[in-house]
Amino acid sequence: MIEELCSGAVAKAAEVATDFVSSLHDGPSKQKDSVMTDAKTRIDETVKANDVVLYMKGTKEMPQCGFSSRVAAVLNYIGVDYTDVNVLADEEIRSGIKEYSDWPTIPQLYVKGEFVGGCDIITEMALSSELDALFETNGIAFNKEAADKIREANA
Amino acid sequence: MPMQAHEIEELLRQSFPDAEIQVGGTDGVHMSAMVIDESFRGKNRVQQQRAVYAALKGKMDGPDGELHALALTTKAPE
Repeated sequence: MIEELCSGAVAKAAEVATDFVSSLHDGPSKQKDSVMTDAKTRIDETVKANDVVLYMKGTKEMPQCGFSSRVAAVLNYIGVDYTDVNVLADEEIRSGIKEYSDWPTIPQLYVKGEFVGGCDIITEMALSSELDALFETNGIAFNKEAADKIREANA
Repeated sequence: MPMQAHEIEELLRQSFPDAEIQVGGTDGVHMSAMVIDESFRGKNRVQQQRAVYAALKGKMDGPDGELHALALTTKAPE
């Protein structure tokens, strides 16, 4: 049985990087259909009602997994206003989110209702400026200078 | 139960027979994999990584998943 704690150290925004790691934590996947349907409805409502949503372990102020922490650190550092959902606080959401986007790992980032990616993908996108482009296209405010600093620190 | 690097590589090889595959890590729980495969061309990263997760056949799902963390790098050949 694999330990629930994540190993990753809390990533500072400036350290975002070089190794692309995705978190593979899990929850029981055997739930009743009605419960899953309910969880999916709740997820659907959340990602559509909020421009940027991060499903993570812990909260944006206190992440409880190195991988969730890394993505939260990037978003915090570049000043994006986002909604954090702590999957550890809701078992239905924790299993439901994996089915919702057919993605087995957490964290998961959503922009305007669309699944963007997990830790590896967000890290790569931050470093390649694709994340900036995504936010710009969707009219989501962020601090471009801070985003540039992340790239400078990892150049 | 942890997975050895060669077991991960064998699983990936079944789905990506012609890919360049490199698996790293030694503890069997926190591992990394790079997969470069022609089938990734034209796919975005989400699609590429979903294909890799699918190849691992649930090894990382659920509390009984064998892998705790897998660093993934995917791309099409240059």
